[in-house]
Amino acid sequence: MSSPPRSSDPRLTAAASESLGAAELEAQLDELLDAVLSSRRTATRLAQALAPLARNLQDFVLRWAAVIARTNAEMAYQFAAAAPAALAAMDTSTAEAWIIQAMDTYDRQGLYRGSAVFKNAQEFAELAGSQLCAVTFEDVAQVLNLFLCGLSGRRLKLDTAARPYTDTETIHLPARIAIFPTKEENFLVYKAIATHLWAQARFGTFNRDIAAVVAGYPDPERALELFSYLEALRLDACIGRALPGLGRELRKLRGDDEETDPRLARLQSADATVDDTVAVLAETYASLPPRSYSYMGRLRPELIAPVRAARIAKEKAAFRAALKQMLEEDGEPRAAGAEQRFSVRASSAAEDPSAQSYDLLLDGEPVAPPPQVAGLIDSILQDLGEIPDEYLAPAGDGGYRAEDREPSASDVWRGVYHEEGAYFYNEWDHGRRHYRKNWCVLRELDVHSGRPDFVDATLAKYAPQVAQLKRTFELLRGEDKLLKRQKNGDDIDLDAVIEGYADMRCGMELPERLLVKRHKSERDLAVMFMVDMSGSTKGWINDAEREALVMLCEALEVLGDRYAIYGFSGMTRKRCEIFRVKRFDEPYSAAVRSRIAGIIPQDYTRMGAAIRHLAMLLNQVEARTKLLVTLSDGKPDDYSDNYRGEYGIEDTRQALIEAHRSGIKPFCITIDREARDYLPHMYGPVNWTLVDEVARLPLKVADIYRRLTT
Amino acid sequence: MSPKTTPFHARVLKPEAHLIEKEPYYEPVGDEIALFEAAYATQIPVLLKGPTGCGKTRFMEYMAWRLKRPLITVSCHDDLTAADLVGRYLITGNETVWVDGPLARAVRCGAICYLDEVVEARKDTTVVIHPLADDRRILPMEKRGELLQAPGEFLLAMSYNPGYQSVLKDLKQSTRQRFIAIEFNYPQPELEKKIVMTETGLDAGNADQLLKLAQMTRNLKGNGLDEGASTRLLVHAAKLIRRGIAPRAACRGAIAEALTDDPEMLRAIHELASSLF
Ligand SMILES: Nc1ncnc2c1ncn2[C@@H]1O[C@H](COP(=O)(O)OP(=O)(O)OP(=O)(O)O)[C@@H](O)[C@H]1O
Ligand SMILES: [Mg+2]
Repeated sequence: MSSPPRSSDPRLTAAASESLGAAELEAQLDELLDAVLSSRRTATRLAQALAPLARNLQDFVLRWAAVIARTNAEMAYQFAAAAPAALAAMDTSTAEAWIIQAMDTYDRQGLYRGSAVFKNAQEFAELAGSQLCAVTFEDVAQVLNLFLCGLSGRRLKLDTAARPYTDTETIHLPARIAIFPTKEENFLVYKAIATHLWAQARFGTFNRDIAAVVAGYPDPERALELFSYLEALRLDACIGRALPGLGRELRKLRGDDEETDPRLARLQSADATVDDTVAVLAETYASLPPRSYSYMGRLRPELIAPVRAARIAKEKAAFRAALKQMLEEDGEPRAAGAEQRFSVRASSAAEDPSAQSYDLLLDGEPVAPPPQVAGLIDSILQDLGEIPDEYLAPAGDGGYRAEDREPSASDVWRGVYHEEGAYFYNEWDHGRRHYRKNWCVLRELDVHSGRPDFVDATLAKYAPQVAQLKRTFELLRGEDKLLKRQKNGDDIDLDAVIEGYADMRCGMELPERLLVKRHKSERDLAVMFMVDMSGSTKGWINDAEREALVMLCEALEVLGDRYAIYGFSGMTRKRCEIFRVKRFDEPYSAAVRSRIAGIIPQDYTRMGAAIRHLAMLLNQVEARTKLLVTLSDGKPDDYSDNYRGEYGIEDTRQALIEAHRSGIKPFCITIDREARDYLPHMYGPVNWTLVDEVARLPLKVADIYRRLTT
Repeated sequence: MSPKTTPFHARVLKPEAHLIEKEPYYEPVGDEIALFEAAYATQIPVLLKGPTGCGKTRFMEYMAWRLKRPLITVSCHDDLTAADLVGRYLITGNETVWVDGPLARAVRCGAICYLDEVVEARKDTTVVIHPLADDRRILPMEKRGELLQAPGEFLLAMSYNPGYQSVLKDLKQSTRQRFIAIEFNYPQPELEKKIVMTETGLDAGNADQLLKLAQMTRNLKGNGLDEGASTRLLVHAAKLIRRGIAPRAACRGAIAEALTDDPEMLRAIHELASSLF
């Protein structure tokens, strides 16, 4: 078809001129569509529908109808008929795209299909609208996740919900935003919502019981709405101070809609707290209509209270336990008479009270709290605005205690208990500081084969990443090393010759080693992967683990490192189980693949025995570097014997220390967000890493391994 | 001299003869100066531990100036041989001459020898410093059949980044246990701000925001970033801003792109920067 007269938006150019009347329109259409009109099909109805449109839109339709009619008059008729509704649903540039698509379809598939595009204008408008400008949660989740992580404060999870809100631990965002005509603006709305919800937690919105506050009003719904609005004003001011760039962008999103009511001024001041919002609510409830902005979330006091209460209790216990541990590690004798040794002091005044930080003092001297304690302080401050006195009394058992379940170990292993063919391992009793001899009974079992297509499906799912992975690992492997000063080799080592010549001139003998040899660097490395098969890995964690193993095997096959994979689980000390997935001397065969597919969650994680056993296997391999990599989803845990908690952690730590002494380097990849609280203690500060999104595990594990071994 | 007529030339300096004359700008963070001076006085070698760009090299320059000793720096890499450190025979004309390596030169002239990123060096290279790093303080020069006894002014120092996770790069116990370790980290915000402002002349407002951004990237360490922005990166960004580059662009070039190639991480850092500026 001939090229259409593209113009800038005619709404702007001809806005001033007057619309054409129905008669005038009909006359023009009659002329254009003459070929397809008859006494029974006149242009009258078309003209009547076009008459109410603005002149520029009428011109748009007439101009295009003329262009289309040159190709096919029936198409032009269909266009004119569909145009009024279409132009209500889309702007003219989208309408042009619609016309072009219809004419393309007509060219290729004929009149019937072509006119169908005109008839389905609504569908096109929706599709075009979403493609052009919508931003989805999937698009932004990872970036926002990192963004929030950078903003500091408590680590927040992201999820979707019809209307945005936060329960103080998860931020719920809409699945899709298409409020504005561009992706940039819609992303900005996402960012603004997320920041606003972050700010609610950060700047103390929940330090008051909102449900109780609004319950005191005749219309609690309305009170909550007004409170949300007032609080949003306060938070906007907070954000404006902490993040001026974003503050400017929020102002843009609000448009010119700035509030000027003098009663609201106090919400903007730097020391305003949620108490001021509550006070202003009382003053303005009767007279101020609440407003709402595109980036405002909904307050859900009913969801917040339980989450917050549980966290406060948990963090209080953890904090006091951490202090106790600091005291024990500090080891200095207790100053006589001083019952409260810890205190806190506000560090150098910040201009922004919410950014106030505190120093922890021990006997009046500042101490640097370990990172997990610093995180706790931060989180407690967010909830309470201070560290209350009773928090500063050390107590508890190291923060690892969880409620103990009733130990009924006897019936768990009754009947399974026979010890032939089993291995026995000591266990470290932290409380008594000695080993319990032959305490654990461990068996090696086979993993049953799983779905045969699992590996292929995984490889297909991650095809581009697998290719990328292989390339990366090939580079690693292909890292040729130029060995200097060799007795035999491919080329002369000039440095050595010159030096040797010089030596010879001094009366020494010419050395023998004068050649260089190219050498594929021998990665003298053996790695044991120890995979958590405890019950807590059920579902997608298990899927991610298995996928991660598939990716890993692909990479390791390229690399040629020796590796073995074993799963571990168990229940009670009498039934520790190790599942063979791949032995060191076994190739990556179909059987191994189907065993990977067959990894299914079992029971608990008595880690100590598993580590001792796998370390023993690893030590049977000759290699310069031996690595024991654990893939874990949480802390050690067992059904009974109090393995849960500190005992389990200490035994695991002891097992790792033993492994380390025998020349093995342990490393842990975990998906437990709370890992920071116990993994550094078990593995050492740098020998672990957190992949805090399960979905990324398959992509990450091989990469972590690469970093670990280069 | 006008720039047009100036021929391009670099100044040639002999490290052992070169004393740092002008006081390098160094902002003490803790008691590192006292520790270093005590180590120097008692002739115990020093190990500087810390992440990249946190002021280790600058500290060495400062201490060299303070103690009025030349500073000889060797950047270690995995091809560094013992001869590269100690020295070798070369031929000039018809004669062979012995040429000292940097370590030998430092010993001879009582300088401070700084082995940067020592874990990168091959393990068999690292051991040549062992006799020098214990109370014998001698450098064996096998080729010449000599032992070089270090004078009291000589000091061996090396740096090491314990944050690396590679199992292949770890410092041997027999090496690390010869040293007094001084731990470095990014300075406290107030101090780091002062450093950035003094180094670059950046105004306080922008410096505040840069520091917040630094903290944000440090929050991301372990969550997709291997390291947060170092003091060095802040200095770089500040210099760009001083040259009139818009802050957001400066942060992207000097900080985000320097930290990562991951597109989502880049975007996140950029969003953080544009929230601040
Ligand atoms: N305490 C400090 N006083 C003054 N300047 C500092 C200080 N700390 C860091 N800097 C600034 O940071 C920059 C980087 O520091 P430096 O080069 O010393 O890092 P480094 O620790 O040696 O890093 P690398 O391990 O990567 O070599 C310096 O050029 C200086 O501008
Ligand atoms: Mg340096």
